[in-house]
Amino acid sequence: MLRRTVPLAAVVIFALCISSFTVALTLGGGPGATTVELAIYEAFHFEFDLGRAALLASVQIVLVGMAALLAMRTSVAEGFGAGMDRVVMRWDCGGLGKVSLDFVSIAGACLFLLVPIGMVVVDGAAGLVKMPVQVWQAGFVSLCVSLASTGIMLGLALPIALAAAAWRGFEAVGLLGIAASPLVIGVGLFIVVFPIADPFALALPITALVNAVMALPFALRILVGPVRDVVEGYGRLSGTLGIEGWVWMRLILLPRLKGPLGFAAGLAAALSMGDLGVIALFADPETATLPLQMYRLMGSYQMEAAAGAAVLLLVSSFGLFWVFDRGGRSHVDA
Amino acid sequence: MLTLDGVVLRQGDFSLVADFTVEAGARVAVIGPSGAGKSTLLSLIAGFLQPDAGRVIWQGRDITTTVPGARPVAMLFQDNNLFPHLTVAENVGLGIRPDLRLSQEQRGRVEDALARVGLAGYGARKPAALSGGQQSRAALARVLVQDRPLVLLDEPFAALGPALKAEMLDLVEAVLDETGAGLLMVSHDPADARRIASETILVAEGRAEGPVATSDLLDNPPPVLRAYLG
Repeated sequence: MLRRTVPLAAVVIFALCISSFTVALTLGGGPGATTVELAIYEAFHFEFDLGRAALLASVQIVLVGMAALLAMRTSVAEGFGAGMDRVVMRWDCGGLGKVSLDFVSIAGACLFLLVPIGMVVVDGAAGLVKMPVQVWQAGFVSLCVSLASTGIMLGLALPIALAAAAWRGFEAVGLLGIAASPLVIGVGLFIVVFPIADPFALALPITALVNAVMALPFALRILVGPVRDVVEGYGRLSGTLGIEGWVWMRLILLPRLKGPLGFAAGLAAALSMGDLGVIALFADPETATLPLQMYRLMGSYQMEAAAGAAVLLLVSSFGLFWVFDRGGRSHVDA
Repeated sequence: MLTLDGVVLRQGDFSLVADFTVEAGARVAVIGPSGAGKSTLLSLIAGFLQPDAGRVIWQGRDITTTVPGARPVAMLFQDNNLFPHLTVAENVGLGIRPDLRLSQEQRGRVEDALARVGLAGYGARKPAALSGGQQSRAALARVLVQDRPLVLLDEPFAALGPALKAEMLDLVEAVLDETGAGLLMVSHDPADARRIASETILVAEGRAEGPVATSDLLDNPPPVLRAYLG
């Protein structure tokens, strides 16, 4: 069981780490503290060396691809799309020692997350009144990008989930989005768009698209199991009643998927709301999403206003997630 | 008249051969050992499986490649016969129009069918608010409005108690009397076959035999059936 899942989980984490960008960027970066991802950004943003950026992007893909191949070899087949088991009885939770080890590691993880969030809230509450109007504008832009991105994600995820319900393993398509990091896709799109249109004018649509692709693997993880349940549980009944195509989507699939759809949409919206990736590549000084605006405020040492923006970001991300997830759970009466 | 003309289906080690005709309106039980292919036979007729060879013919028309929804059959399964997120009336209405855009007259037919199976006034409920027997009744109400010439039952009442199951079989007979439809019913219980089906198809050792009189078959069972009946 673990032999199947651990290598793949490790690849996803490795891919996320190797493409980590935001923290390195906000904490300074520079030659001594550079990830490949950040190097792509620097090559692109400071030197506008498209060739070098593309080369680095290829290095990135090769690194992740190698890790993925390695994991596929060590992992037994059928790695994807298992699950949907009911509550698991744990017979192996031996002794106080193990339980307290679990407790310490979970508490440690919570502390690691909650302390910065707490600091942001404490500092930012004061900064909220000092925020320039651009922050509110950026907040609105981010909201629109996030909603568009959520819509695109659902448009991509549902067909893939349906295909994955028929052919096990198809879900892996979604992992391409992780192997190719936001900036890799961003650089690629820039090179594609550059000769035909002004990429800076397309900054926001491209951001929405890339964010949707980034959220795809997570959305698929959430959706594939439930979609397969609907297909296996009700496919024959639908077939014999002649319920097909869009009617089937509207009457059967979507209502039965409400919960997972809300969860996936909430996750995608929150991820997109907080994303600082492609937008950093493409944005001109006039356009900004909320995270980018926050980064710019930090860059100009307006720390209080930046903390205020962080609070706004925190509230809107959690808010979006809550609204979507909640929407998916309404009308549960059966 | 339903004809399986030289039908062969292979799935790995499993194979099923069927070559017989069932008269229109006949009530036929399908019995045989577990795993012999009783459900598979119904799936072939309903259109969920394609034969590797042979044809399925209904009233002279080749329906081998026809999609399940366009076949002349109404089918009930072992479970999942109702959509839990739709009301009872909507579940029944699906038997009239798969997109549920029902006219006033069609809504009236749904109400009538529910009353016919003893569920008058239950239309607005969700299936989870019904008992197991009531859920079976709702599914039979849908068979009634579907009004197809052939009803396929793949043990939909297996989870009900003996008295309730007998009640449902009586209701099935009433529905068949009303619509004039024929019946193919998978069963593990020879008493069910005697009760409702004048003919029986024996599925065993990779073959679905043609229908013979139920009493003859059960009174003088061939060795394979005798071993199964015990």
